[in-house]
This record gives sequence, C-alpha cells and structure tokens, in this order.
Amino acid sequence: MIRKSAAVPAAFDETPEAAPAEAHIVFEGIGKTYAGGVRALNGVSFEIRRGGVFGIIGRSGAGKSTLLRAINMLERPTEGRVRVDGVDVAALSEAELMRLRRRIGMIFQHFNLLAAKTVRENVGLPLEVAGVPAAEVRRRVDALLDLVGLSDKAEVYPAKLSGGQKQRVGIARALVHDPEILLCDEATSALDPETTASILDLLRDINAKLGLTVVLITHDMAVIRAICDEVLVLDGGDIVEQGPVWKVFGDPKGDATRALLSPLRHGLPADLAARLRPEPPPHGGHAVLALRFTGESHPEGVSLAALLALAPDAKLLHGGVDRIQGHAQGDLIVSVPVAAMRSAVGARFSPDSLKVLGYVAHDV
Amino acid sequence: MSPTMFDRYLRAFSETLTMVSISVAISIFVGLVLAVTLVATAPGGLYPRPRFNKAVSVVVNVFRAIPFIILLVALLPFTRLIVGTTLGTWAAIVPLSIHLIAFYTRIAQVSLNEVDHGLIEAAHAMGFRRWHIVRHVMLPEALPGIVGGMTVCVIAMINSSAMAGAVGAGGLGDLAIRYGYERYETEVLFQIIVILVALVTTVQFGGEWLSRRVDHRR
Ligand SMILES: Nc1ncnc2c1ncn2[C@@H]1O[C@H](COP(=O)(O)OP(=O)(O)OP(=O)(O)O)[C@@H](O)[C@H]1O
Ligand SMILES: [Mg+2]
Repeated sequence: MIRKSAAVPAAFDETPEAAPAEAHIVFEGIGKTYAGGVRALNGVSFEIRRGGVFGIIGRSGAGKSTLLRAINMLERPTEGRVRVDGVDVAALSEAELMRLRRRIGMIFQHFNLLAAKTVRENVGLPLEVAGVPAAEVRRRVDALLDLVGLSDKAEVYPAKLSGGQKQRVGIARALVHDPEILLCDEATSALDPETTASILDLLRDINAKLGLTVVLITHDMAVIRAICDEVLVLDGGDIVEQGPVWKVFGDPKGDATRALLSPLRHGLPADLAARLRPEPPPHGGHAVLALRFTGESHPEGVSLAALLALAPDAKLLHGGVDRIQGHAQGDLIVSVPVAAMRSAVGARFSPDSLKVLGYVAHDV
Repeated sequence: MSPTMFDRYLRAFSETLTMVSISVAISIFVGLVLAVTLVATAPGGLYPRPRFNKAVSVVVNVFRAIPFIILLVALLPFTRLIVGTTLGTWAAIVPLSIHLIAFYTRIAQVSLNEVDHGLIEAAHAMGFRRWHIVRHVMLPEALPGIVGGMTVCVIAMINSSAMAGAVGAGGLGDLAIRYGYERYETEVLFQIIVILVALVTTVQFGGEWLSRRVDHRR
C-alpha cells in the first residue's frame, strides 16, 4: 500500500483554497484531432498552479498523454493554446522551443534511457549537447546521482539496472537542466508497489526541495492519493472534474471518476450482498448501512463514540478510513438491529451520507 | 610450392585485401550517410522530405536489384570516367563499392529504424537539436546493428571480389578460376578455398566480437 511519506510539506495542513495559487501552466480550449481523424481532446481549459503536484487520471485513451505532451509541444494541439509562464508555447520558434524544453523535464513509463551510454553519460548528455563545459557536466551529474541515490552506479550501463534504478536515472536526467516543471507520463506504471512508493517519495522530495511543478499521469489512484495536491479527471477527451485530491476522492461527481476510484473504495463484500433482502424480516433482524465520510464535515476523523451510539449492538462489518490532505474519509458498512435503527440515526452522528443497503435475518 | 606460385598467392591475397578494404570503407561511409538520409527524410522522420526520400529509395533499389557481374559491365564507362581505366584492381573497386553501397544502405537503414522511437522522443523533450539526435541517439543506439552489418558486408565483398577477375583485377577468386578451373589444378583451387574459409571465419568472429563489444543492451 502506498502511503504518504513523513516528509509531507506543511502546506497540507492549511486549507488549500486559502493561498491564492499562481498559475504556472494554463490550458485554453485545447483540442486535438489526430491525422487519422481520432478526436483525442475536446477543447479543455484548466490551470496548473506553480509548485504543486498535479495529477491527471482517466481511462486508457482518455487523452492524458496528448494533454501532457501539449505542454512541451511533443504533440501539437489542433485547437487552443497552452501557456507556460504566460507564454504561448505553440508560437515559439524552434530555438525558443528548445530552450523551453530544457526548462521542462520529462520522465517516461519505459524510462527511455540510451542503452549505448552509461548512467553518467545518459544524465550528462542533455548538458553536453547544450554546450556545457565537461567539468561542469561532471559536477552536475555527480550532484544529481547523489540526489537520486545512484552515485555508485555512475559507470554502469542501464541494462544492468533494475526498473526502479532506471527510473531514478530518468529522474536525474530530467532534472539536469534545473527545470521548473517535471512531466511524468505513467512514470511508475512499470514498477512494483514498493519501488513505486520509493519513486513517489523521491518525486515528493524533489517537489519540496526544488519547488518545481510536477504534472503526472497515472492509472493508479493510489499514486494520486500518495503525492498529488490536485487532480484532473479526463474521459473521452473531456474534463470530468478537477479539484483538491481529498475533495475529488471524497465526493466524486462523475461516473468515470467513481469507476476509476472503485478499487480504492470499500464496497459491499459479495457474501454479504448475497444475503441482503430489500425488506426487514418479520421478527427483527438487522439493517445493513453504508456510511460515507467525504472528509468535508468531519475532516478530523470519525468519532468512535458516535459509532457506538448508533446502537449498543451495532457492528462494524467492513470499511476503512483514509486521511488525504488532512481530511479523513472513507466508507463504513455496519449492521444495526432494526429495532434500534431509528434512534441510531441521531443528531450527534452524521456521516456525509447514510444508505440502508438492505436487511439480513440474523446477525452477520 | 614454387617461389613464383607463392608470389602469386601473396599478390592475389593483397589484391583481394585491397579491393575488399577500400570498397568496404567507401561503402560503409556512403551507405551510412545514405541510410541516415533515408531515415531522417522519411515521413515522420527528423527532416521529413517524402518525395526526396522516395527518389533516393528508388535509386538504391535499382542498384540493389542489378547482379554484380552485370553492374560491373554496365558501369564500365563510369568506371573509366572515375579511375581512367577499365582494367585492374582500382577499376574493380568502383563497381564493387557501388554494389555494396546499395546493400549496406539497407542494412544500416534497418538498424537505424529499429532505434526505439521513445528515445528520439525523449531527446526532443530534453531540447536536443535534430543533428544531436542523429549523432548522440540514433547512431550510437544503432551501432551494434551497424557493426554487425559491416561483417556481413566484408564477407559479401570477399565473395563478389572473386568476380572482379573479369576486369583483370586479380585477387584470390581470380587465381582460383584461372588455375583451379581453367587449368584443372585442383590443388590450387583447394588451397584457395581453405584461405577464403579462414578469411571469412576470421572476419565473422572478429565482427561478432566487435558487435558484442559495442552492444550494451543486455
Ligand atoms: N499519434 C497518434 N495518432 C493517432 N491517434 C492517436 C495518436 N496518439 C494517440 N491517439 C489516439 O488519441 C486518443 C488519446 O490518446 P492518449 O495517448 O492521449 O490517451 P491516454 O489517456 O494517454 O491513454 P493511455 O492511458 O492508454 O496512455 C486515443 O484514442 C488514441 O488512440
Ligand atoms: Mg498515455
């Protein structure tokens, strides 16, 4: 399970809305129709604020990569404008675009390291082709390999590295020009959960230390939960929703978002679902309730005393609470004797939503 | 073996070596340039020029299609223009090189096309100039295939150069035909076969060793 590292910046404890965030990357009606006629993006507009970690999620083919690649013009949008620091990137000359790209680091799912070059040469090459003197290249590469924890692998070829180590080289290479923006296209999708966690810690660390804006694409909701401040949900080339991670995760508005989030949710277990009936049984029985906490009304957590006050015989059947950006949220499935149910839904205890899923004859 | 016979062997061997090494050197250089040109000007390449690309490709195909012995004859006027004669080792080098350029261009082109597109994209993302992508990404990444192709070329050249006797270029193949075939001196034929096998084997092993040296993919 991917968890937030201990080194989470204090910014999380403030309300994210309080600080007026300066826009770093602005999308204005970005549309893209590929040569074959495939419509990848339908005119999307949003902003990415400076210094944050911004996540883009969506199903396969939703247009995430197309959107990300519009930032450094690897893919030119057919409509709209992308502004980086207020500059329309599509209007840049080839030389200017090259300079912009050096201010934007990028890492990839399959790392894209040069097999013919050592780790040191891979990381140093972008500087070398930019005409930086060899001594300076050496100094920078050493510092970066140290940052990503690969100082001992400098003279090794990428084929001899593990996936996680390759991605660390990718990160070092992406940082070599001291960029202001780091783009990550499924940077952890080819890695196991433990390696993913370490790469995410590294990204978080870099974001905090160097203050650069991170934009990442992932299929993995746990990645978003672990390191993003804000998330954008894309589906079929349209924005479904966007906002602080806790808000979108706590109370998803779109069907696409709910579908994407379902692996993280504590749904009704199958055995229980099979025993549910729509009406209460004639002699008592138990009601099965689904309580949902979105993190909005009880950000500090779910009161155990209140849970107990549901009814003395109430049982917690299934569920979990996650703390995202300081907001406790999650699903609890409880059973309550039907007789005690009315008093159960008292004023003192109010989940953000309470649903009676059904009834069971006997205690579960 | 009589001293004169030994001299003949030595001369034939050095003629073969001259023809092979010079035409291989020319072909690899020109072939690489053409291969890079073809890959770079292809649609979706670094400098897309589809029509120019098509034209170069057709020319290469024409030379690929002509059997060497026919090319040798067909090129005689051109050969005279370049080296001033249509006889001798140098006269053979012209058609040999042209034959091999077309061959090697395709081999190098395949290796260059096999370079993972993700690497080129990453280089774009890092702000590489297009020329730097050729120089630092495409060529080094394709090197194992480029070197492997050279081995194939040297061996193909050792074979083709046997036919260069037709323009009086000499060489081992010529010796084998004149003594072994025309005068029924099977001993000479056999000895030349042994020399050629040894030569080809050495080139093959040497080439494989070099390919492994430059291949860091595993
Ligand atoms: N070069 C291309 N030419 C034509 N169509 C393309 C091209 N690249 C992407 N597409 C199409 O555009 C749509 C969006 O693709 P995109 O790669 O942006 O999706 P994605 O959200 O990144 O998907 P995934 O999660 O699978 O990476 C898809 O329907 C895809 O088939
Ligand atoms: Mg993608």
